[in-house]
Amino acid sequence: MELKFILNEKNVVTEIEADSLLIDVVRDLGCLSVKRGCETSNCGLCTVFVEDKPVLSCSVLAARVEGQHVTTLEGLQEEAADFGAFIADQGAEQCGFCNPGFIMNAIAMFRENPHPDDEEILAYLSGNLCRCSGYEGQLRGIKAYLEFKDSQKGEA
Amino acid sequence: MLQIKQYVKVTSLDEAYELNKKKSNVIIGGMHWLKMSSKSVGTVIDLSGLGLDEIVETESTFEIGCMVSLRQLETHEGLHAYTMGAMRDAVKDIVGIQLRNTATVGGSIFGRYGFSDVLTVFMALDASVVCYKAGEISLKEYAKKKADRDILVKLVIKKQPLRIAYLAQRHARTDFAMLTCAVCFADGMWRAVLGGRPEKAEMVMDEEKLLTNGISVTEAQAEAFGKYVAEQLEFGSNMRGSAEYRKEIAAVLVKRALLTAGGNA
Amino acid sequence: MRVVNKPLRKKDAMALVTGKPVYTGDMIDKNALVVKILHSPHANAMIEDINIAIAMKVPGIEAIYTYKDVPQKRFTMAGQTYPEPSPYDRLILDQHVRFHGDAVAIVAGENVKAVDKALKLIKVKYEILPAVDDFRTALDNPILVHPEDNWIAHCPVGADNKRNLCAQEVDENGNIESVFADCDIVLDRTYHTKANSQTPMETFRTYTYMDTYGRLNVLSSTQIVFHLRRILGQALDIPKSKIRVMKPRIGGGFGAKQTSVTEVFPAFVTWKTGKPAYIEFGRQESQTAGSPRHEMEMHVRIGAMKDGRIRGIDLHTLSNTGAYGEHGPTTVGLSGHKSIPLYNKYQEAYRFSYDVVYTNVQSAGAYRGYGATQGLFAVETIVNELAAELQMDPVALREMNIVREGDIMPAYYGEQTNACALDRCLKATAERMGWKEKYPCKDMGNGKIRSVGVAMAMQGSSISNCDIGGATIKLNDDGFYALTIGAADMGTGCDTILAQIAAEVMDCDYEDIIVYGADTDSSPYDSGSYASSTTYLTGNAVAKVCMQLRESIRKIGASIMKCAVEDTEFDGKKVYRIETKENEVNEVSLIDIATASMVNNNYETQFTATLSSPVSPPPFMVGMAEVEIDKETGEIRMIHYESTVDCGTPVNPNLARVQAEGGIAQGIGMALFENITYGKHGELFENSFMQYKIPTRQDVGRISVEFEASYEPTNVFGAKSIGEVVINTPAPAIVHAIHNATGLWVRELPVTPEKILKGIKEQGKKSNDFA
Repeated sequence: MELKFILNEKNVVTEIEADSLLIDVVRDLGCLSVKRGCETSNCGLCTVFVEDKPVLSCSVLAARVEGQHVTTLEGLQEEAADFGAFIADQGAEQCGFCNPGFIMNAIAMFRENPHPDDEEILAYLSGNLCRCSGYEGQLRGIKAYLEFKDSQKGEA
Repeated sequence: MLQIKQYVKVTSLDEAYELNKKKSNVIIGGMHWLKMSSKSVGTVIDLSGLGLDEIVETESTFEIGCMVSLRQLETHEGLHAYTMGAMRDAVKDIVGIQLRNTATVGGSIFGRYGFSDVLTVFMALDASVVCYKAGEISLKEYAKKKADRDILVKLVIKKQPLRIAYLAQRHARTDFAMLTCAVCFADGMWRAVLGGRPEKAEMVMDEEKLLTNGISVTEAQAEAFGKYVAEQLEFGSNMRGSAEYRKEIAAVLVKRALLTAGGNA
Repeated sequence: MRVVNKPLRKKDAMALVTGKPVYTGDMIDKNALVVKILHSPHANAMIEDINIAIAMKVPGIEAIYTYKDVPQKRFTMAGQTYPEPSPYDRLILDQHVRFHGDAVAIVAGENVKAVDKALKLIKVKYEILPAVDDFRTALDNPILVHPEDNWIAHCPVGADNKRNLCAQEVDENGNIESVFADCDIVLDRTYHTKANSQTPMETFRTYTYMDTYGRLNVLSSTQIVFHLRRILGQALDIPKSKIRVMKPRIGGGFGAKQTSVTEVFPAFVTWKTGKPAYIEFGRQESQTAGSPRHEMEMHVRIGAMKDGRIRGIDLHTLSNTGAYGEHGPTTVGLSGHKSIPLYNKYQEAYRFSYDVVYTNVQSAGAYRGYGATQGLFAVETIVNELAAELQMDPVALREMNIVREGDIMPAYYGEQTNACALDRCLKATAERMGWKEKYPCKDMGNGKIRSVGVAMAMQGSSISNCDIGGATIKLNDDGFYALTIGAADMGTGCDTILAQIAAEVMDCDYEDIIVYGADTDSSPYDSGSYASSTTYLTGNAVAKVCMQLRESIRKIGASIMKCAVEDTEFDGKKVYRIETKENEVNEVSLIDIATASMVNNNYETQFTATLSSPVSPPPFMVGMAEVEIDKETGEIRMIHYESTVDCGTPVNPNLARVQAEGGIAQGIGMALFENITYGKHGELFENSFMQYKIPTRQDVGRISVEFEASYEPTNVFGAKSIGEVVINTPAPAIVHAIHNATGLWVRELPVTPEKILKGIKEQGKKSNDFA
């Protein structure tokens, strides 16, 4: 069947099957940042936005995004580099495999709640697993980024 | 691997109902459970074009469409206030926000899952379920029934003065709960709902009148009620805990939820 | 130091945080065959009949292979230096399948759907055999996991397949029994750790294809490119010269990828069909047919005097290597050799013995810590039990007995530790944790108790007299350098760290070093990324080649200036005369030298070094856990983990810190959340992230890491290692904290709220034992 949707602000038309999953469709369309890490919706690696909401692309039928906006990290390169730099400055990106899903969800969090406290950060990102970093460096990076954003506003 | 032959986004409940008559067809909510199965599905029926993803709050009711996500339940301010935070407490530890953005309340309730926090809290609120053909029945009743081909369209909570608290016992923070617990005071009586036993949520009312002071509860009373509830229910063992452990902490959770919800918190 | 000991960003950091397609699965040809495995549903069985006829008819299926199609020479999948201590007990596909999940058939097809369909249509008739399901009854069990005659053990590790024995040894110093007889107290305890799974976020993935020269090219998520080349050569029975192995960015390894878990399958397909092939294990496959930690049961005895002097330790380890012997003979040694030496001061005798047995469960492999983790759980816990018996502060007990800098450690191959800040680590951790105020516990008054626990750890830095570190450095025009290594960066940042070392030695900027990763065709030989060898050993190799290149640069510069090399210096940017001479050229820039090296030049501008080390200097670490326990439910929460690491000089403090934090989180998982249980067909229940609960960010509490640097004289910048030691302290520290809150000793991991509540109910602080 045909699927028409908007992928990273570009109109896309592609052939899918009824059981095609969004993760496979976006990867086939070149969005290789989207990773698969499990089969049970637990790891969060496959996080993308559908209409700006973070969802698990491994569990979304591609057919369901007909006419909708889908965003992957490929479409958020500037924001990813901006925020990612703070993670990189901690050395917390480590193997990088959890990064795209984690950064997608972090961006969703920054948009929803620009001033989260530690508890809120950990709760918002609880669906993003990481095995390398122990999470602590990611938290440091997030807080440094939030501080930086605040200081920018102060100077603006 | 899940196999699906056809995808239909229906334009009416009637269309959905007709399609769902066929046993090889399935109505999809968040699809998380379905995706893990190696089922061979004929047609998946998507209700997301029917405007059933809204929480409508009126003076007297909450009407929660079946396609409302768990995240919507979590963030709805009206529900949060009415349930004293219990609705948010019930869903906030379920896997992660991404999953809660697509998992639906209809899917949770229809599934009648043993581990379901959602079923537990809605049952404690004495919600009712509105099905396309069968009409409105209490959730208590609905939970006991076997799943059929009728469509769960919405949940209804009739507003009334109540006190409620929700607690679940989890080891790893976003894991399935070893036990779910909601305690509610309404219509002059306390009731406790326990799920994850590992069997699904079941209600125990304070028929023995152990709690006689309305919403006011003493520690001793709470402890007694907790023990009582634990005696009324069956508990079983699974990977997450033994029956004995569940029974022990059932009494504790009920006691604590009671004290939180009651006047002596 | 200008570049070393600086928290620089990793070379690949920005590519990773912007999601660039740099992993194996991102680099495959669209036409690559999809390869999947049919897994055995039995713990132990013979394939009586396997019929692929109907499966072959599925449109899009290229090939299906069974045990009848593969070479019959056994090999090992273990990534180790040849001749491997691990037995040669594998075939690519075997008629005898030995665990629930073992490979039965290989299916290759054009797409996933076709392959999945074909998998279901393969008809297998099994003769189900009784299984060895308990490692405690495996030794000399009449049921043999490997009864076959062509099973081979190349090294004398005490293996005997007719006894289900993969390795066996006794190592002793002094007379332990007479020492024990003379001690005031001898404790005798048994501890049990499980077959934890590394769960790197990227599962096992391999891509294979034939190149222009008719060679098999393998792009894999692997830690061991050179070992892999050998393994594949043996498995396929083809010359190694026909094989090239490369690694791209890897999504985590932790030892999982130190065994050739998936590579043999697409390699076989590509070799047979000539077509590119790709295999991607799902999470379930990675959990059930991967290479987890060896389950160990450790029987420890410790003998001490009333005043706390520890005079002897006797450890017997029973290790479960599962259905195949990868890393079986080698992991077990660390359970004793990297635990007993910690208590060196008054140690008059020790005995360390072990049996490694075969069972019909998933084959174990290498997991960070590699046996030390298990042994340290046992030894650190019994030392904590001893402290409790003696009513001594556990920190003070350790301070009295620990190895100190300059000590010779009989239990550690007689090596002398010339860099040891363990004493400072103990002191610093205790101070930052507030040990004196918090030990043993504090009733919070709200039904909760907070308590603290302590543990130490050591590890090694490379395998002495065995591991090879290799590095090549090349001068390029424009004066930048290309560093080629054979070690594998699996996210640890070794590419970066080695570039920092190179930049320090070459006196250049970190940005002037480009790093090319492991490729068996072009990289210098390196054993691979394991045994915590990269910073220490490959780092030394990098320094060695850089020194050689510096010399050559000087020579070129001197010849341009027409003076003697001894009269010049190189400062990273130029070669200059030490004593300037009028009317002469007194300096030549690096760029000019690079340019000159490409014209009429006989001086090498590329050097390769190969290095081994006669020693394996241990890093040391102290960890303290603060937990909160709910007295009514047994629920346990991590509040705070405080730790201090002595890894010698931290080459990159950021990366060292994150390595420690990550290892601690894994250790917390092992202690509290990660369980391994089996059903009656040998199926693993914890076969997904839904059931195998690795810690989420809400499960680990606050983790805090600091460094007390010793200076290791055998490394160019005083560095030791950090990669593995970091996972070893949490389990014993947490178990200790639980004791301090409840009186309970949990000797089998993981700890659960149910175990804690049961212990609390059974009451008694002194004599409360719960296994």
